[in-house]
Amino acid sequence: MAADTTTAARQERQPGKPSALEVDHLTKRFGSRTAFEDVSFSVAQGEVFGFLGPNGAGKTTTVRTLGTLIAPTSGSASVAGIPLDSDNGPEIRQRIAIMPENPGLYRRLTVTENLQLFAGLYAQRHAAARIGEALEAVNLTARARDLCGSLSKGLLQRVGLARALLNDPAVMFLDEPTSGLDPVAAHEVNDLINGLRQRGVTVFLTTHRLEEAERLCDRVAILSTTLRLVGRPDELREQLFSRSLVVETLTPLAAPDDVFNSTDGVESWRQQGASGYVLSVTDPRNIAPRLTRALVAAGADVVSISESRHSLEDVYLQLIAEDPKASLR
Amino acid sequence: MKFSFRRLGEVLRKELREYRRSPFIVVTMAVLPLVFLVEPLITIFRIGPAVPATTVDRAVGATFLVLLIAPALLPAVIAAYSVVGEREQGTLEPLLTTPLRREELLLGKALGVVVPAVAIAYLLFAIIQVCARLFAGNAAVVTALGQSSHILAEILFAPLLAGWSIWVGIGISTRASDVRVAQQLGTLSSIPPLAVVALVSFNVFTPSVTLAVVFALVLLVADIVLFRIVVALFDRERLITGASARRSPGGGQLPPADAPRQIRRIERTGGGGDG
Repeated sequence: MAADTTTAARQERQPGKPSALEVDHLTKRFGSRTAFEDVSFSVAQGEVFGFLGPNGAGKTTTVRTLGTLIAPTSGSASVAGIPLDSDNGPEIRQRIAIMPENPGLYRRLTVTENLQLFAGLYAQRHAAARIGEALEAVNLTARARDLCGSLSKGLLQRVGLARALLNDPAVMFLDEPTSGLDPVAAHEVNDLINGLRQRGVTVFLTTHRLEEAERLCDRVAILSTTLRLVGRPDELREQLFSRSLVVETLTPLAAPDDVFNSTDGVESWRQQGASGYVLSVTDPRNIAPRLTRALVAAGADVVSISESRHSLEDVYLQLIAEDPKASLR
Repeated sequence: MKFSFRRLGEVLRKELREYRRSPFIVVTMAVLPLVFLVEPLITIFRIGPAVPATTVDRAVGATFLVLLIAPALLPAVIAAYSVVGEREQGTLEPLLTTPLRREELLLGKALGVVVPAVAIAYLLFAIIQVCARLFAGNAAVVTALGQSSHILAEILFAPLLAGWSIWVGIGISTRASDVRVAQQLGTLSSIPPLAVVALVSFNVFTPSVTLAVVFALVLLVADIVLFRIVVALFDRERLITGASARRSPGGGQLPPADAPRQIRRIERTGGGGDG
């Protein structure tokens, strides 16, 4: 059955769309240290796929492996429809773009000169036009003649993104693209990623910013050496956390057991603070009105009844808490 | 994907642009050659009109050998910086994510060093020739310097010696983990050419056309062999992660079918269906 779950996870991509990435039992070890192990997933064309995990979980190594920069120890994969193989390295790299965490730009060259180099390496026929489009996409046309050494980190990230757009990639790997950026710059990068989604580019996004992943990604995977979970953020929440209602009354209930146990759909409850109650329920939307009536009938002064919303961060923390090695990496 | 001269050319253009904007490299390339001019000029100007032609020939030969040290010495430090320097400034990984082949990258970098080094070596030789014609006190000096064998040897040996120095430097650069170590080791690449010059200067070898041809052939073979060795030493994985590739992509063994899977499947609800 274990194999079935892996296969299912691999197939859980956007239905009806061909795969941009197929990863099958991929493992990478450096000597005795395992970077990632037995990782399988699939990413559909045009999907924004978030790859989350704690430091040292193997996210960057996975990106480097799929980008043909390093060789897997075992397993197989296809990237942009091309099998991951040492002979196919240049072909794969022609069809993908990787933006590392550090954009790695030549600081003594201007923005345009940096892009000219990479447009040439991708053998772009109309390099000047491509560079112009890429600069326009990241709103950097006005800084085209500036030396990269004179740009802020946020602007460098944007130049890095412009570089990644040059070859019109089928798959774009963005490794922590908002790392170290201020909120405004991070927001701009997020807008660019949304722009990529609209253009149909497959984006493989590794990030520590969980709210960013939740906002941008169609699906996320959580890696902690092994792949812990793959799915849509809302699915992950439902999978890991029971649905619950949070009730707050003005004064503590005299007999909470009687009220909650007599309400259909309430599975269990626990007190939270002096006059707060967290109820596990099957269907919060339908149960809330019934519960309100029961509380009023019991003479309670109801301050609020709300559905408890778990964020992707809760999912992440829950999963990482289950991995005792995560904090040691 | 085949070897591409366009990609090689892009690397070369980038290298030359970076040199132009790097004060350290420009100063090194401009000042160091002046040192190589001093000794030959003093030698030439000290030769009086009464000195016999055979003595002039010997003196000019020694001068010529000093000039050949320049193309061996000048590129060593820059070549040693080439790969490890890119790695340290974080620009190597983006380069390696492109379709660029390692042969294209290495040849582009080597040409980026060899072009200015050889140009400077030829310029030094030209300056010596001009100074000799204008200021030498003995006409035999001009005749000796203008011998076709000397000119041919300069044209031949400058790129060959630079090639030697560059490939040793780049080879060190692909394996070094620190720029300073690479540059210190890179200077060692000029020891063999210096040793040859010293042996000739101390009359252990007598310069001759045959010796020059043999030496040129040995250098040519050494340059080709060194290029192949450096290409083999260039390990993407090692350069990026510090660890050497153990297996090639896709060539590994799949884990056993009954190996534990730690992935959790997220059950789909509704009729979305797995795609």
